[in-house]
Amino acid sequence: MKSWRYLLCGAALVLQGGAGPVAHAAIAPAALQALAGDDPDARMQAVSDIAAQADGDAARVLRALKNDTLYATPDGKVYIVDGPSILDAATGKPPVMPDAKPGATLAAASAVMPAGLDGIVVNNRLRGAVDAALSGLALLSPRRAERLAAARALQGSEPDAGQTILLRKAAGVETDAEIGALLRQLLAMADLRAPDAATRKQAVAALAGSVDPQARRMLQAMLARSAGSTPGHAPDGAAGAVDAAGGAHGEPDPGVRAAARAALDAINARAARTEWIGNLFYGVSLGSVLLLAALGLAITFGLMGIINMAHGELLMIGAYTTYGCQSLFRHYWPGALDWYLAAALPASFLVAATAGMALERTVIRWLYGRPLETLLATWGISLMLMQLVRTLFGAQNVEVANPAWMSGGVTVLGTLVLPYNRIAIIGFAFLVVGAVWLVLTHTRLGLFVRAVMQNRRMADCVGVPTGRIDMMTFGLGSGIAGLGGAALSQLGNVGPDLGQAYIIDSFMVVVLGGVGQLAGTVIAALGLGEANKLLEPLAGAVLAKIAILVFIIVFIQRRPQGLFALKGRSVE
Amino acid sequence: MSSNVMFSRPAWIAVVLVAALAALLPVLHLAFPPGHALHVSAYAMGLAGKFMCYALAALALDLVWGYTGILSLGHGLFFALGAYAHGMYLMRAIGRDGVYQSDLPDFMVFLDWSAYPWYWAGTDSFWYCLALAVLAPGVLAFVFGYFAFRSRIKGVYFSIITQAMTYAFMLLFFRNDTGFGGNNGFTDFKRILGHSVTAPETRAVLYLATLACLVGALLLCRWIAASKLGRVLQAVRDAESRLMFIGYDPLRFKLFVWTLSAMLCGVAGALYVPQVGIVNPSEMSPANSIEIVIWAAVGGRGTLVGPILGAFTVNGLKSWFTAAFPDLWLFALGLLFILVTLFMQKGLLGLLKRRPAAPAAPDSPASPASPASAEGAAKSEKEAA
Repeated sequence: MKSWRYLLCGAALVLQGGAGPVAHAAIAPAALQALAGDDPDARMQAVSDIAAQADGDAARVLRALKNDTLYATPDGKVYIVDGPSILDAATGKPPVMPDAKPGATLAAASAVMPAGLDGIVVNNRLRGAVDAALSGLALLSPRRAERLAAARALQGSEPDAGQTILLRKAAGVETDAEIGALLRQLLAMADLRAPDAATRKQAVAALAGSVDPQARRMLQAMLARSAGSTPGHAPDGAAGAVDAAGGAHGEPDPGVRAAARAALDAINARAARTEWIGNLFYGVSLGSVLLLAALGLAITFGLMGIINMAHGELLMIGAYTTYGCQSLFRHYWPGALDWYLAAALPASFLVAATAGMALERTVIRWLYGRPLETLLATWGISLMLMQLVRTLFGAQNVEVANPAWMSGGVTVLGTLVLPYNRIAIIGFAFLVVGAVWLVLTHTRLGLFVRAVMQNRRMADCVGVPTGRIDMMTFGLGSGIAGLGGAALSQLGNVGPDLGQAYIIDSFMVVVLGGVGQLAGTVIAALGLGEANKLLEPLAGAVLAKIAILVFIIVFIQRRPQGLFALKGRSVE
Repeated sequence: MSSNVMFSRPAWIAVVLVAALAALLPVLHLAFPPGHALHVSAYAMGLAGKFMCYALAALALDLVWGYTGILSLGHGLFFALGAYAHGMYLMRAIGRDGVYQSDLPDFMVFLDWSAYPWYWAGTDSFWYCLALAVLAPGVLAFVFGYFAFRSRIKGVYFSIITQAMTYAFMLLFFRNDTGFGGNNGFTDFKRILGHSVTAPETRAVLYLATLACLVGALLLCRWIAASKLGRVLQAVRDAESRLMFIGYDPLRFKLFVWTLSAMLCGVAGALYVPQVGIVNPSEMSPANSIEIVIWAAVGGRGTLVGPILGAFTVNGLKSWFTAAFPDLWLFALGLLFILVTLFMQKGLLGLLKRRPAAPAAPDSPASPASPASAEGAAKSEKEAA
């Protein structure tokens, strides 16, 4: 029963969207007869013919064929028999029987079975053709999603003649702009095979705007020569299909060939442009990651001059705090799991800031003025923190999932996918920079921080609690590292070695940007991110990274103060 | 130069005694059969040989850090370069005994290479590779040092860019296409100068060569430190600006000692490879370079003997910890870093000497002295003394 209802529903839907029910005998009896016959090629042709009709009747017959409910009588009549109902396949109406009363119900009609009904057997080859034809018919579905899916399904392969007729029909009635464009592209691809040169030329021109790799392949095939080709190409040569050297082009007409070349160039240029924009985006994304990783260091190293080798581990603490928040939400409040980041951000800030302040009070404070010793001591701290995390959470990476609203991405320029999580992190990085700038320039804490950094003794004399300010500043830098870690957890693996991957990059960013310069840090981070991503296609990821490091080493030799040097007496 | 300027008489006796004792190890290993009370196992001798290589690296670092005040976080790179240079010879010496029985090392066969790349030319010669083990780190250090010192990069900036250099080289050597075996590096060595690398006699000779190099390097460094050159180096450490004002050019002194130190590290690496039997890019990881620094710090920097002591102490602890409590080793190492910098600025030797030494020189005399820092420094001074 279920399949019966499905059949009727499907037929009805197609009827609404298609050409509508028609009174005449919709399907040629010859095609139906061929379908019931024995010749395999004729049967394939019949499926193709029926599909090309592209209306409700065709859909009904094909569905019946697919569901094994199509039956034939020895005299060549074809019926759809499903449970109690019988329909004439040609007209879609109950069969007209001599003894049936007018207006008989289906149930009544079912009583009169035509004699000698036999099921039409479908082999695999035919079934494939039927499936393809049915998916093509979905182009006429009233539901947008179904039509879009059907059009997308046709992408990537060369449409055949039957599909072309369908496509033309569908393109004629399509109202949705996106699907319409897709259909016209597909139609143009089909028209590349048209016998008429003018049609082909038109199709080539239409394909110049295509993003489908299949279109590119087909255009290339038109320009390629068959075996025995010679170099050189005469677009306006009069020879046609076979030029003087004897190599035949995929496309015989020189005018169309020229158009195809132009279209191919346009496609290639656009693909290159898209790739470049993609690299640009990923460069900004990498830059924002570097910025988040280095911003805390710009405060602790840049402003305070503390070489904190445990900075990477503060990032790691932030990432693990995010993981902890996610676990808590999953356990106690699974309904709000998508919003765990709202709790994780302040939590990772606070946890990392607390850890940083504890470090400052217990170790770093005793090493002010001895930067090399600070370096060693904080390295020791970083080793201990890593081992602590390994002991608590295990040496394996833990899984931090993107919230649902951050997964997926937006597609631009046809093929370029920009993931939402990267976009979110770019935005977040700039928010954090803005917040840091506000704190440093518009709050009392920021005023004290700047005062202590510029002239510690004078600040002390006018009553600034320099010791506490040191602690707060270090806490601020550490907390920002925690925020960075929370952001990094959304992009990559979270494991005990997370910090090690970023510590050298972070120092490079701060040193390159110029110590004590927020703007320098921002520009250095974005610049390094961009340079890395733009070099990658040229040299490969590892060589690009090495080139960047070498560049920084050389740059620092030329300009030891970084991009934005402090001027005046504060230098050394 | 008379010897008692370099060492006091008891110190001389101690050095000679310890060296003689160390030289006895391979003799005991070869002369007595396993099970005999006086037998020294191959493992113990191998461990001691490895530690001596580390000690040589720590000694080399002490020359630049303890005496000249340049903290290098790149000595692991020089060590690894020396190791790789010698490793190239050892790879060539495998001959056709590799898994693929090709003239090329297995990793090149695996990459489908048909010939050695140009920079492998001549590496079938032992002596060329030995020279390379000294020259490769030397040339790199010279070029890098020349530009860095010329633009007067010092203090932590120098440390950070040496670390970046190490990191860049590590990435480079991890690539398969670089032609140094990628991730796996060099291993499966078979013979050295025709002798099997695993034979007890070969190992004893390697051990003795390492000991000779270590003692030789100690004497050389001591001689430099006690000479007028050594005085200038310490002046660079303590007051570089004043040194410049009285007419010295620190660039030449720094460059000399920096390059020499890198070459000594290269020697250490070259001796390390045949004894350990493997070298791979993780030797260049920044963590390894920092570990060399902590060996020197634990032993007592600026003493030359101290770093040797430190290398043995820390690595001995490491061997024991990683066998007994593998999970605790990194805690212990981290704690060691902190305790040594906070409370033991003069290291183990400082504890042993027990006499008030001259005040320790600050790293950077020009750094603004905060009240907190002055307090902190004074406090740790007291605790150290």
